[in-house]
Amino acid sequence: MKRRAGSFTLHAALVLWGAATLVPLLWMVSASLMPSGQSLGLPPRFLPHPATIVHYRELFTRLNIGRYLANSAILATSVTLASVLFNSMAGYAFAKLRFRGRRRLLALLVALMLVPAQIAMLPLFLLLKVLGLVNTLGGVIVPAMASVFGILLVRQYAQSLSDDLLDAARIEGAGEFRIYWSIVLPLCRPVLVTLAVFTFLATWNDFLWPLIVLTGDAHYTLPVALANLAGEHVQDTELMMAGSVLTILPVLVLFLAVQRYYLDGITLGSVKG
Amino acid sequence: MSAGTRNTRFGWVFAAPALLVIGIFFLLPIAAGLVLSLVNFDIYSIGDPSTIRFIGPRHYAALFRDPAFGQALRNTLLFVVVGLPLTLLPALGAALLVNARLTRFPSLFRTVFFAPVVTTLVAVAVVWRALYHPRFGLINHALAFVHLRPIDWLGDPRWALPAIILLASWKNFGYDMVILVAALKNMNPEVFEAARIDGASSFRQFFHITLPLLRPALLFVAFITAVGYFQLFAEPYVMTLGGPLNSTLSVALMMYREGFRWWNLGYAAAIAVVLFAIILAVSLAGYALQRRREL
Repeated sequence: MKRRAGSFTLHAALVLWGAATLVPLLWMVSASLMPSGQSLGLPPRFLPHPATIVHYRELFTRLNIGRYLANSAILATSVTLASVLFNSMAGYAFAKLRFRGRRRLLALLVALMLVPAQIAMLPLFLLLKVLGLVNTLGGVIVPAMASVFGILLVRQYAQSLSDDLLDAARIEGAGEFRIYWSIVLPLCRPVLVTLAVFTFLATWNDFLWPLIVLTGDAHYTLPVALANLAGEHVQDTELMMAGSVLTILPVLVLFLAVQRYYLDGITLGSVKG
Repeated sequence: MSAGTRNTRFGWVFAAPALLVIGIFFLLPIAAGLVLSLVNFDIYSIGDPSTIRFIGPRHYAALFRDPAFGQALRNTLLFVVVGLPLTLLPALGAALLVNARLTRFPSLFRTVFFAPVVTTLVAVAVVWRALYHPRFGLINHALAFVHLRPIDWLGDPRWALPAIILLASWKNFGYDMVILVAALKNMNPEVFEAARIDGASSFRQFFHITLPLLRPALLFVAFITAVGYFQLFAEPYVMTLGGPLNSTLSVALMMYREGFRWWNLGYAAAIAVVLFAIILAVSLAGYALQRRREL
């Protein structure tokens, strides 16, 4: 009996808390489908009546959101591809290849983990201005092509690769690039998927740096465009909610599809870190 | 050619692209940021670099006389000091519930609590701004439901920062929860079995076994959460623009404004260096705390 009551309380708490956690997201979806002015009214309304997609249509036809959606997708995809390639090469080198200065460089990378990105942003902006990358997608892509976090994540995983296997391939006469491409990459697949998902979500959600470097609205990402719209259309709550849905939905769906890899990445970095 | 020298060359070949990117676009700018904070780089210097002069620590002196910076520093510290427990306690509670032996569908609940973490901060800030609407927002409706008076969440200087803390707690507790669940799963069940046989109540088991064993994981999540919170930016940028009366102005927001709105890049660099120094101090303190326990 006691056990039953305990189980009931436990699940009641979980369900209530879970529902409360989802309320802001559910309300966002519901409000995005309401006619203008219905989401903030008296008495409060939880479901659209009648449901309409007029705000989504306005975002695409008048407010150019397709462009921002494309920018966000292009940026997140290119940064992900580049950073998986560069970080996996470096992570493998730090784990399995001996080279001069390796230990000092590794210590430097670990120390760099503690440096907040803000301190680099002002000079980086001036540097990219000289390179002609301000207000181009390259201004976001190029500095993000490799990351300290990515190198250390891949290194940690690649350390578990068998040295015997790699040496056997060398004795067979396989070149170093061949070994990296046909042995290391396939064996590191789980951590590379984790890194890819992490990088994609982080790039998609990033705000401060795109806000700084993408100065013209042709290159805005979704978060930058949304923040801009939210400043101009304070009264259009339903329109803003539709914009928020379009911003959040792609990453939420991606996360739900591959959440195991994402959660693995978090715990991998923490349990040993 | 011996294996050793071949490794040396290829090691560099493989590491070079990533190290070049980090060296040019992160390490170099960090060093330049320290220098930038010591020169009078402003909007005129962008057009005409010959006006740049070395002025020593004058920006730092000005910074500590600037009432806006004092406010930004206080707000940011308050955000961290209050926001940290308000994130860790729900995270711990949720982790214990999700990990309880009786819980069915633990991974479903874990996913639900984690969902806010993967959402885009700017978008949820826009959503919460509507939830905080003084007359029609869902949160004030909920307050009215339990007969509490409405609060002008984002318009009242006393409530704007608490409102942002609440949003941050909602957005981030799931991240810490996932790490705590992993730590709980790593614990040896035999320890709890032995305690149960010895007649220890679940209350005593929690305080004498679970909590001490959880300490390293708790320290870790406290540390990363605090480091993230010190960089508070998007919430006030979207919801309040730092207002009302600078009550939600954060250090990072002030750096952005000084640097990229008014192009006082030297002054903004000094703000960034102070932020860096604070985060470094917290990191070293966290490291010392972790080590002392291990000895």
